[in-house]
Order: sequence, then structure tokens, then C-alpha cells
Amino acid sequence: MKRVLMILLILTTGGIKLSAQTKGKKAPAAKPKVVTGAVMANGKKIYGQYCLACHMADGAGVPNMNPPLTKTSYVLGDKTRLINVILNGLATGEEIDGETYTNIMPPHNFLKDQEIADVLSFVRNSFGNKAGGISVAEVKAIRAKNTKK
Amino acid sequence: MKKILLIPVLLSALVFFTLYAFKDISALGGPKPDADNVGLKLPEGFGALKVADIGAKARHIVVTPQGTIYIKLARVKDEKGIIVLKENSDGRAQITGGFGNYGGTGIYMKDGYLYASSNKEVFRYKLNDKNEVIDPNNPEIIVKGLKMGRQHETKSIVLDNDGNLYVNIGVPSNSCQVQDRGLRSPGIPGCPLLDSAAGIWQFKKDKLNQSYSEGVRYATGLRNVVGLDWNQQNNQLYVMQHGRDNLNSSWPEIYDTKESAELPAECLYALKKGDNAGWPFMYYDGLQHKKIVAPEYGGDKKKEADPKYLDPVVAYPAHMAPNGLLFYTGNMFPEKYKNGAFIAFHGSWNRAPEPQKGFFVVFQPFKNGKPSGDWEIFADNFAGTPEKASMNKADHRPCGLAQGADGSLYVTDDAKGTIYRIVYNKK
Repeated sequence: MKRVLMILLILTTGGIKLSAQTKGKKAPAAKPKVVTGAVMANGKKIYGQYCLACHMADGAGVPNMNPPLTKTSYVLGDKTRLINVILNGLATGEEIDGETYTNIMPPHNFLKDQEIADVLSFVRNSFGNKAGGISVAEVKAIRAKNTKK
Repeated sequence: MKKILLIPVLLSALVFFTLYAFKDISALGGPKPDADNVGLKLPEGFGALKVADIGAKARHIVVTPQGTIYIKLARVKDEKGIIVLKENSDGRAQITGGFGNYGGTGIYMKDGYLYASSNKEVFRYKLNDKNEVIDPNNPEIIVKGLKMGRQHETKSIVLDNDGNLYVNIGVPSNSCQVQDRGLRSPGIPGCPLLDSAAGIWQFKKDKLNQSYSEGVRYATGLRNVVGLDWNQQNNQLYVMQHGRDNLNSSWPEIYDTKESAELPAECLYALKKGDNAGWPFMYYDGLQHKKIVAPEYGGDKKKEADPKYLDPVVAYPAHMAPNGLLFYTGNMFPEKYKNGAFIAFHGSWNRAPEPQKGFFVVFQPFKNGKPSGDWEIFADNFAGTPEKASMNKADHRPCGLAQGADGSLYVTDDAKGTIYRIVYNKK
């Protein structure tokens, strides 16, 4: 009986997870990527080269100018939106968690799929963040969808 | 009999009250600094007291001879963009009200009017003989329709003695690149943004509803100015430019992160009508003491720019964000401070991964209307500790400066809204 319940539980949670993924994005529902040490190391390198100047070494950003990467739905939430921020930049001046930021983020579409996947996986698992990694396939799919438009 | 008794009583009362009054005056002698100088590090003989904590992003500030303080807020709080405080004799002040439902930075008092700016307009409010705003809800619109981008959007203001108002119009761009702050993105030829931004515009102080067509582009090639003041000795406008960012992140093949942290200088300019400080085509290299062609316009960090561009009168370390400039004309501070400049450096961010710099008020000595001698840090430790001297950790960030009637120096903080008053107490 207990075993049946367990199986049921696993099945339902799995089902919820799956449906959440398909709802979140129409891109291929890749399995949440395990963030390896190698990914973190490469992500950190990319971060230092392209992100740190504005978002700072601790990811805390600059008040009123460059938004923080800590505890924000932009980083921890919808992966599609996050990948698009890297590909297209962010220049809309929208409020982010109640504050506005003046500086434009230029598009970083010159980064390779692997680089974007690694740096985002790094950001989602640094500065106190804890979220699933982002795969090359996910970046590739969104980039392809953008260029089709 | 009763009358005879009354006289000595009255006399002694008179003596008592006279003495008491004098005692009071000697006790006044100006407000006393707080025991910890509100956490500031100051030169010997100086002290600081906390005037108020207003809990808002306090930008520029006006202090009247009657002890009324007007503070412009970056963002409206409870529908108020200007906060009014009243000082007690001990130097503490309470918020007594507010008005002006717009955020901004600029505020200035001159000849019976209070001028204040939103990020698109300049308003003015008539003052009564106590320098109180008569009708806070119905200001005159002096200037309107100014361009405002997301960055460098604030409009700092100052007036001269000939009926003119000067307004900074910062440019919503770092270096006029095709893709702002983009990797290896070139400069837009001729930089068309210069026609309506990146300069100081001059307007009439009392003409209503002026905009670009009524104004004069007084000086150009200034990326963004926040701190500015009218120098009464030279009868001339002085401004502090916020120099460009991102030399390494846009041009990693030319500038390493160390060079990017130290370039370009934050410059003090003495302006005359028609001056061009060269943005975006050049920047001032404070290490080589040269005007250098910007990488967006073919520069290689060595090629010198056209000598026609204006030279700064003083160059300060890069990225420290000068947000307040004040020429000191008071009598409280020692003689060396007279007619010199105080500069509030808000603090850097674009020096990362190198350590940040700023979060202090600098004193720049002047002699006979010219900078004379090295600048020095005057008020330090707004950040709280040296480790917290970065934008996202600093407890306080100095922004606006004002001189009190007694010659004390007021400093605002746009992180937490602490208002400081620095006094000299060594005789």
C-alpha cells in the first residue's frame, strides 16, 4: 500500500513538473541540467569577462543603474525571458522588483550557445541563488525562434 | 516702601536675565557636532552633526538664512518631490512639509525664488521675505520639454547674476555608440545626439515656458553634469563632468580592466559660452594629462584629440561620480577654504573588478580664481567602512552640497537620506 502511494506521489509530482515545463516554454522540454563544476568554472570566466563590470563581482548590481542578479525572478524565474535578456539585452527601463535602473544592457548575442548556457547556469547558482542550470539546447532553441521571427 | 523694595528686585531680575541671555548666546555659538561626527572622518577642528534622516533619495539641497531646508528627491515620496525641513537652534531639523509632485535633482535659490527641476522641466516658486514658498502648488514653468533618456536624465541647475538659468542636459548614451555600451560598437558619425543633449543650456530665469528654441546651447561635449556651481569670484560657470564608462567592456583589445578603472578622468571645467569639452569624440586621460581620441571614433588610447576641445581645470580619478560642486564663500572655515571648491563624489561602480573609489567630499583649493594646490579628501567614510565603499554596500552616498548662513557645509545622502552639517569648532 505504502509503495503504491509512493509511486502515485512520484507520478503526480513528476506530472506537475512536466506540465509546468511545457507551459513555461514551447521549446523542447529538456531535463533540468545538472550544473557541473566545469560549467560553473566556465560560467564564472564568461561572467568576469562580460557581466562583472556592471553587475559586480557579487552579483549585487549598482543601485539605480544596473539591476542585481540576486533573489530576482528575472534570474530565478522563466528561463526564456532570462535567455532573451542575454540575446537581446534589456533597454525598456521597466521596474524590476520595485526599482528602476538607468543603464542599458546591450545585446550579448555574440556569445555562443555554450557560453550563454554556462554563464546563466553560473548566475543561477551563485550569489546565494539556487536554481536549475540552463542547457545549450534551451539557448539554441530560443535563439532559433528569435531569428525565425 | 513697596516701591523701594521693587527697584532692587527689578534690578536683580534685569541682571539675571541679561546674564542668562548672554549665557544663551555663548551656548549657541553654533550647533555642536555629534560625538561621533555622524561617522565621518574630517580634518582636525571640524565636526559634523546629523541634521535629519529623511529616509528618501536626497539629491541637491538649499539652506535659507532662516534655517529652512529644501531637498530635492530623486523619486517622489508620498506625492512630494521637494521636502521642507525647519531647523532648531541645536541644528536638528524636522520635516514640516513638502510639495512638487515630481522627482529630479536640481534645486537652487536666487533673488526671491526657489528653482527646482524635474527630469524634463524647470519650475520656480516665489518666496516670501522669510524665504518660504508662497504657493507650493502653482509654480511657474520656466523651461519645459527637455529631452530625458533613461540614463543621465537629471537636470542640474544654477543661476548667474545676470538673469540667466543654466541647465544640464545629460545624454542618454555612454559614448554615442551605434549600440550603447555594446562590444566593439563604433561611434555614430557626428553624434547627432549633441543637438539636444550632452551640454549646458542657458535660459532666461524669468521667461515662462521656454524650451530648446528659446534656449542657448551654452557649452557642448559634456556627457553628463550633476555637480555645478556659479563661481562668484570669476563670475563663471564651473561644472563637473561624469566621464564615460566601459572602456574595457566595449574595447577589451585596447584597454585592460586596470586601465578601464583609471580612465578617463572626472573633470572640472570652467565654461565660457561656446565651449566644447569633446564628448563623445575624446576623453581626458588624467594619467598622461592628454586629450585622447575615443576608441569609438578611431582612438587607440594614444592618439591625441583635436586641440580645439576644452581642457579641464582639474582632473580627478576616474568614475568617482561628482554629484555636488560648491564654491565656499563662508567665514566659518579657516582661510584656506575661502573661495575653494567642495566636490561630493557619489562613488564609483565602473572600476570593477578593481576596488571602487569615491564616497567622500573633496576640497579643491583655489587662489585668485584658479585651482591652486592639490585636492584633498575633506569628508570621508560616508560608506561606513573602507570595505563598504562600493555602490551596493555603502551606508551613505554623498550627493548635494549647500552652504549655511553661518558658513557650515551641508551634505545630502541619496542612499538613506541622511543630512549632514559640517562645522568648524576650533578657535
